[in-house]
Amino acid sequence: MTTAQGSTQPGTDDRPVKLACRNVWKLFGANATSFIRERDGRASMADVAAAGLVGAVRAVDLEIRQGEIFIIMGLSGSGKSTLVRCMSRLVEPSHGKIEFEGKDLLKISDAALIELRRHRMGMVFQNFALLPHLNVLDNIAFPLSIQGQDRATREARAREVIELVGLRGREHFYPRELSGGQQQRVGIARSLATKPEIWFLDEPFSALDPLIRREMQDELMRLQTMLHKTIVFITHDFDEAIRLADRIAIMKDGEVIQIGTPEELVVNPATNYVAEFTRDVDRAKVISANSLMRACDGSEHGGTVAPDAKIASFSASIVSAGKPFAVVNGTGKPIGEVTPQAVIDLLAGIEHARAGA
Amino acid sequence: MTVTASASEPRPPLQRWLLVWALALAVVLAVFLLQDSVPWAVDYPANAVVPVADWVSALMGWIKSNLSWLTRSITGVLGVPLDFALNLLAKNFKIGHGADAYVLPRLSWVGVCAAAFLAGHAVGGRKLSLLVGGCFLYIALFGQWTSAMLTLALISIAVPFCIVTGLFAGIWAWRKPWVERLIVSPALDLMQTIPTFAYLIPMLLLFGNSPVSAMIATAIFATPPMVRATMLGLTRVPLEIGEFSDMAGCTARQKLWRVLLPSARPTLMVGVNQVIMLALNMVIIASMIGAGGLGYDVLLALRALKVGEAMEAGLAIVALAIALDRLSQAIAHKQAKGHVHHAVSPSFWRRYPNLSLAIAILAVTTLLGLFVPAFAAVPKAITFTTAPLWKAAVNWVTINFFDAIEAFRVALILNVLNPVRAFCEGFPWLGAVLLLGLAGYQLSGLRLAALVAALTTFCAVTGLWEKTMATVYLCGISAFIACLIGIPIGLMAARSDRFEKIVTPIIDTLQVLPSFCFIIPVVMLFRVGDVTAMIATIAFAVVPAIRYTNHGIRQVPPALIEAAKVSGCTPRQTFFRVQLPLALPEIMLGVNQTILMALAMIIICAMVGTRDLGQEVFIALSKADSGRGIVAGLAIAFIGIVADRLFNAWTAKARARLG
Repeated sequence: MTTAQGSTQPGTDDRPVKLACRNVWKLFGANATSFIRERDGRASMADVAAAGLVGAVRAVDLEIRQGEIFIIMGLSGSGKSTLVRCMSRLVEPSHGKIEFEGKDLLKISDAALIELRRHRMGMVFQNFALLPHLNVLDNIAFPLSIQGQDRATREARAREVIELVGLRGREHFYPRELSGGQQQRVGIARSLATKPEIWFLDEPFSALDPLIRREMQDELMRLQTMLHKTIVFITHDFDEAIRLADRIAIMKDGEVIQIGTPEELVVNPATNYVAEFTRDVDRAKVISANSLMRACDGSEHGGTVAPDAKIASFSASIVSAGKPFAVVNGTGKPIGEVTPQAVIDLLAGIEHARAGA
Repeated sequence: MTVTASASEPRPPLQRWLLVWALALAVVLAVFLLQDSVPWAVDYPANAVVPVADWVSALMGWIKSNLSWLTRSITGVLGVPLDFALNLLAKNFKIGHGADAYVLPRLSWVGVCAAAFLAGHAVGGRKLSLLVGGCFLYIALFGQWTSAMLTLALISIAVPFCIVTGLFAGIWAWRKPWVERLIVSPALDLMQTIPTFAYLIPMLLLFGNSPVSAMIATAIFATPPMVRATMLGLTRVPLEIGEFSDMAGCTARQKLWRVLLPSARPTLMVGVNQVIMLALNMVIIASMIGAGGLGYDVLLALRALKVGEAMEAGLAIVALAIALDRLSQAIAHKQAKGHVHHAVSPSFWRRYPNLSLAIAILAVTTLLGLFVPAFAAVPKAITFTTAPLWKAAVNWVTINFFDAIEAFRVALILNVLNPVRAFCEGFPWLGAVLLLGLAGYQLSGLRLAALVAALTTFCAVTGLWEKTMATVYLCGISAFIACLIGIPIGLMAARSDRFEKIVTPIIDTLQVLPSFCFIIPVVMLFRVGDVTAMIATIAFAVVPAIRYTNHGIRQVPPALIEAAKVSGCTPRQTFFRVQLPLALPEIMLGVNQTILMALAMIIICAMVGTRDLGQEVFIALSKADSGRGIVAGLAIAFIGIVADRLFNAWTAKARARLG
């Protein structure tokens, strides 16, 4: 069972790699492919610009593990949508490898790709991409119908997922009769109907109102606790990324500039650009005891916390207790302590010079 | 992506262009003044005319004699469904020959009217059912039933043919950009600018004087909007929907037929509506080569100057046009809206109550027709004719207002038409080539200049220069006046919702009327000649000027108008300094459409005695002289293409400037 959430050391994650990008490039412009091939997959931004090309995705390396929510975050034009389309081969990368369970997606035949998409990949779109001429039930059953499933089977499955996303009673509505939130529920249900293993969500909630967006984020978390999909989620909203992510990749100008858990990004931003995003984040909700602890110095403890407990979850009790809390690992052995002063400093936003890494 | 610095295009200073134009005009003027010394630059020398017409005639002759097996088999194949439809709606089925033939009756008129009524009810509710049923009943009661059904039968076979062909051509062009650029786009341009008359000649030659050749001409004329609608609809499908279908694992075929085309349905239905209306228009004109039906009635009546009869048949065409237009629009609208959600019920009768009822009524009334003649044919006793009434009205007008009308007509001819005509016909062909080429160069570049100059030269070297200029003159005046009338009306409609509500149904109706219908009332008042042609053309071509102006003004973003108001613009300033400049490209598009429609109409006006290229085609048609007709037709098409390209380049430039 791989249910370990938000482990702080990515190296210790032993879940298998589901999807990996190896030096993936997507350039737009004349002779883009030969340009990058000739340079053997290495080119600077200046080279690309000098050749009159646009570098939508540049030298991306990342691994997405089974069952994790991997978020690709970036502002518009950063190449995040192009990257996710490279992963599903909606866009053909100019260079590099996309490995699905270790097999290079770019080398498989068209028929195999169709087969893969039919059964193992699902995608949800920003503007829902529902078919206007089909009602909810037929929209959701559509991916099954093109696989050739008979009406009874596919409608039974469609009703299952309709139940799952809470749309019962709307089966015969047409997309335009539904609100944005409901339409995206249809989009989600449709992408789940084929029981995909990897689930691409391309800014699925960006077209929704803030309140609905929150509701849908909760809904997504609820579904994920039941389904344990491998999720690649695109967003331009850092708060959304923090709320949902196991790990986040931050993109700028086609490059991935940092990959890490929300906590890592907040604690150790790789560049000023990342720091800019993390500045207004509620740190107590992101940082865990593990990051704030110091070695025990023998003082009396007012309580114990787990290493991955977020500060916000025990800040009130530690401040009122006025004593350090011991950080204990799974076997109950203390591995360090968190002092009330450290928590107060964090809450007050006072930065301490901390050893890096 | 992020291309912001495109304003660095080198722009020649305005003064230099002014100088160039002044120089060019001076040259043309010099040629005009010195025409005695350089006659070849004014009138194209007759001995240098390139005999394109003869070549075309020879080619057509060769095709006729060598490919007759092909044309004959096409006639045979297409004739089967066509005969069926003609028999079903208009002529009765005859099995066997001679007197002992067994006759299966056509559909009863009562049944067809009821079916029309139910069709209206099914797609548009009570109002539409009354309108459509009323139109059919009108046709029956005014004694036009058989002719109208002949016309309808031709349409009902031609339209599906056009839709299927158009759909596949559109898909092909959409899939392969080079096909679109090299084959489909030029073909569509030609198909839509070559005057309808000019189609008829090769059809007549290849397929004979029969409904089949009328149908083929109709198909050629009415297919382009379907091709365009298909391309447009497919391009407009949101990118994400295409991506979804890929991610769902659709094969290319599934993607097209199950995702893209259904998603494009609203646009496709607009295309279908246009196909129907154009088919009706063309079937009327194709009556000249054997289509029969209402168009033939109008033609016969016009030739005999029986205005009453012409008017009656013309009104029947109007009724048919309105019925078909409103019906197909309602279907398009209904499909765009989709059905109200309900579970599907199993039985055919429950699912399609109107269709079932219509079939039942058709069957019952047609069977009854075997025994009760009143069901088989509209009984004489209940039909009435208004022809004498129209005749009396015309007589009354001519008796009482003859002087006024005649004074108006003569004044128009003497003061406007004749001077312009003289100017146009005396215009040196070399000068026209020079000026148009220069305009093309300034607006777009060398390619447009070359195209425009080549097309203009074609008109001269085929020896049709004078006739070309006669067409340009009449078309130009008509389009000019149409704009003079249409643009202010459009402006008023844009500024007043109430006025727009009055104007919209009028221009909607004007637009669905076949071009033939415009001639009839004008001929009644002004007899034959250039004035009649001009007035009919103005009435026909005024619609796009109104529509585009109105739309152009109304589509100016409200935020801009608010911004103008906040900056303290008076309503007048807002209009002249914000709305009008922003709407100008759209208005010019309307002017462009007006010119093209005027051109199409001027050609049909050859029937009322103009002396231009249209007359050339008309004469060629009556003599079945394919070379002469096709070359004149091409010349007309080229006038249209030159005007269209120059206007489009100009509009594109204005658009680019506005961003």
